[in-house]
Amino acid sequence: MARFVLLLVMVSVATFLLLELIPGDPVDGLLPEGATEEMRQQLIQLYGFDQSLVTRYVSWLGDLLHGDLGTSWQTRIPVATTIAERAPVSLELAVLAMALALAVAIPVGIYSAYRPGGIVDRIATFIASATLATPAFVLAIVLVWVFGVQLGWLPIVGWVPFSEDPFQHLRAVILPVISLAGGECVLFIRLLKGDMMATLQQDHVLSARARGLPTWRILVRHALRQSSFSLVTVSGVVIGRLIGGAVIVEMIFSIPGLGSLVVIAINNRDFITVQAIVLLSALIYLVLNSLVDLAYPLLDPRVRRATT
Amino acid sequence: MTDVVGHTGSALSVPPTVKSADAAPVVKRRRRRRDYGAPLGAVWLGLVVVGAITADWLPLADPNEIGNVFSATPGLGDHLLGTDILGRDILSRCVYGARISMAVGLGATALAMVVGVAFGMAAGYFRGAVDSTISLFVNFLMAFPPLMFLIALVAAMRPSLTNLVLGLALLGIPNFARIARANTIAFAEREFVTASKALGASPFRVLTRELLANVMLPVMSLMLVVMAALVVAEGSLSFLGLGVPPPTPSWGGMLADGRSQMNEHPHLVMIPGLFFFLTVFAFNRLGDWARGRIGRESSL
Amino acid sequence: MSTIEARTASRLLLQVRNLKVWFDTPRGLVRAVDGVDLDLRAGETLGIVGESGSGKSVLSRSIMKILAPSARVLPGSEIRLKGLDLATVSPKQNKHLWGVDLSMVFQDPMTSLTPVLTVGAQLTETLRFHLGLSRDQAEEEAIRLLTLVGIPEPAKRAKQYPHNLSGGMRQRVTIALAISCSPELLIADEPTTALDVTVQHQILNLLERLQADSGMGMVLITHDLGVVAGRADSIAVMYAGRIVEKAPTKRLFSNMRHPYTRALIDAIPRISHPSHTRLASIPGRPPVLIDPPQACGFAPRCPSAQPRCLSETPVLEPTPIDPAHASACFFPLGTPAGDAARENNIKAGVNAAGTAVNAGESTDGR
Repeated sequence: MARFVLLLVMVSVATFLLLELIPGDPVDGLLPEGATEEMRQQLIQLYGFDQSLVTRYVSWLGDLLHGDLGTSWQTRIPVATTIAERAPVSLELAVLAMALALAVAIPVGIYSAYRPGGIVDRIATFIASATLATPAFVLAIVLVWVFGVQLGWLPIVGWVPFSEDPFQHLRAVILPVISLAGGECVLFIRLLKGDMMATLQQDHVLSARARGLPTWRILVRHALRQSSFSLVTVSGVVIGRLIGGAVIVEMIFSIPGLGSLVVIAINNRDFITVQAIVLLSALIYLVLNSLVDLAYPLLDPRVRRATT
Repeated sequence: MTDVVGHTGSALSVPPTVKSADAAPVVKRRRRRRDYGAPLGAVWLGLVVVGAITADWLPLADPNEIGNVFSATPGLGDHLLGTDILGRDILSRCVYGARISMAVGLGATALAMVVGVAFGMAAGYFRGAVDSTISLFVNFLMAFPPLMFLIALVAAMRPSLTNLVLGLALLGIPNFARIARANTIAFAEREFVTASKALGASPFRVLTRELLANVMLPVMSLMLVVMAALVVAEGSLSFLGLGVPPPTPSWGGMLADGRSQMNEHPHLVMIPGLFFFLTVFAFNRLGDWARGRIGRESSL
Repeated sequence: MSTIEARTASRLLLQVRNLKVWFDTPRGLVRAVDGVDLDLRAGETLGIVGESGSGKSVLSRSIMKILAPSARVLPGSEIRLKGLDLATVSPKQNKHLWGVDLSMVFQDPMTSLTPVLTVGAQLTETLRFHLGLSRDQAEEEAIRLLTLVGIPEPAKRAKQYPHNLSGGMRQRVTIALAISCSPELLIADEPTTALDVTVQHQILNLLERLQADSGMGMVLITHDLGVVAGRADSIAVMYAGRIVEKAPTKRLFSNMRHPYTRALIDAIPRISHPSHTRLASIPGRPPVLIDPPQACGFAPRCPSAQPRCLSETPVLEPTPIDPAHASACFFPLGTPAGDAARENNIKAGVNAAGTAVNAGESTDGR
């Protein structure tokens, strides 16, 4: 817990210092052309650039704890408002991508482990090595080209909110979600298959087989839970990565989430927004990874005893 | 209980002499499929590296020379893979773009490896406060979603090849530090290390003479995986326009440029996409191969 | 099939003929079981004795059909339960054969129970699947079984996870699982090896009692001749994937013919020996079973080995005087040829394979 807090502090300091890394005076970038020295001084006071680093950090942190992420240099809208508008979109994509990846990976991983070298395993391995070699942005473009341009089944870009038209919303979501899920799904299959193959050679599984129990029952009840440790561990990282890291996919499909916001903000040199998103995504990442530790006892009662 | 007897009875009613065709599986040495992936991957990577180094002497068009002909179809005229919308030769841009990918893939990985292994071995060997400090730093680096971390860092600094390599190296450090630390801890318990220490060897000597070689074996197989990941990361940045500033050609940048014409001229995105695919595929295959080799060696 | 054969077959509970199980490994084919014949009559106990790596566990796993995927059962191998060739039925076709007629107790009770399920859940699962009991009936039966194997407070134990129980208790639970559907054949693969010495006897006695009560046949696999000495009706000694000697227990001990059997018996520590006597051990280690040469696998370690043992593989043959007693040795103990072979080797101080032979080899090493 102490380590967690320490990391939080380090992360906050680092994100705060991000603004200091920017070469040149940030004020110059904010001033319109032909601004007077008076306007410049006003701006410096407004953003507190005249104070010391430590003072600014403390007041920044104080604002942060009150939910004030600052005001966008570009739009003059509070950053927190913009993020609150866009976060649900990124969250939806992440959750759907995660669900899709798991829904494919769990049965395929189990079956590949049960019949290594079998037809499912070989197809999965083939697709996996191809997917693994396809960066998300290439995969997204290929998907757009095949399903959007050539077949014309799905929209190429654009975002329709669920409240506006649930059906069109779903159609708009399919390709981005597949692009996001692809690589993660392959990762999940690899992890689950590896752990599952080890578990299937353990005595208690052999013992259950010797008892003549049906295969599916052995796989799911006697083997799956213990084979999920790596999967659960990585799930925390992956969902964090999906929430904060869907930058490319959001850009390609013009989805109004946090990822596209960060790119827009960078292009506008609106670093206070960049800072807020980086901090937020790091927070989510940290918290999810800590939550994963709490899931272990659910997987194995032996851990339950060790932690209590 | 009667149910069970019934079942057994039915089982026994099968005439014992009847044998189905698959009753006795024929033993055959499972054919070990020759794995052509790793050698082919090595050939491809060799081509890319040599191309990147010798690009200036190759009979290629100037990658930045804006031509007056937009030759959309590959294979026609002077341009083997066609030109982009500005008439720039695609093959030439791909070869020059390989410089960026390889500079990042090899340079940033090497840098990350040196720093990561040094940190990891120090943490694993000295333990205690050194370990806690280094582990905290590594955990700190891993507290950010990787792409977000990179974007923020590179965007804040001025995009340049040096900054790119530095940022990517920082991203790769935790992987190396963790594996080096785990292996150092495992090997530090072994007799040859104890013996060396008992003979009065300095920590530096023990680390470099006794431990380094053993730690490097798993590190090497990780290296290929990290290279692939960093090539992709660089591609992502260039695709977003946050990589090496134009007009320097990069595969990610070419993809981004070609996207607007994708409907009419898919080769504008498919060719750089293919370069990415083949390169990452080659790294992965070689990585799998290396892991298999190392796995077998350590099991002997 | 003649009527006589049919009658013999029906009295036999388990019949193994020419069983060969090879493993495909990166370093070559491992002949883990290389031509094994066994017979077990209903209600009797067969002891299988051998060092680790002799193929005894592979043998039991091939009967249970739980071999690793890399294992290959060669054509011509036969395993029959009451005449039924097990190769012709798959667990899918006959769901209630394995686990009901045939069951198995594993070596290590620490690992052979599923850690994420309670003891009761594992028992009722098996009972409900095979016997079609209702939830309540199965729970009642589970508690009865736990009582039967001597677990105190069975109702409480049923709700616990395996890691809450001691090793001995867990092995009792695995036995309860194995006998839950009243098997006709129970395979116990080193059931006491992983347990404390004090618990070992309790478990062996429990198995003996259960067998006496139910009349099931039992295959007791062990590396310790002492374990099967007083309990098995007959004993088969395995070495390097083959049976090297088999006989009814009493005859094996009174008239052993294979030098390996002798070496195993010599390796049992005895109270009658003065303390600080060096324990007898068998020199060398079991051979690697990849592409074994035409030779007796034990020859390099055998005090009687002659040149012939290095160029020919002896087959398991009944002894001339006793058809129930078979051994696979060119120079069996107790025969003129065998005694001469051993004496010559002792005189020379070395056997045909170049291994040193001590005069005192058979009693205690010096």
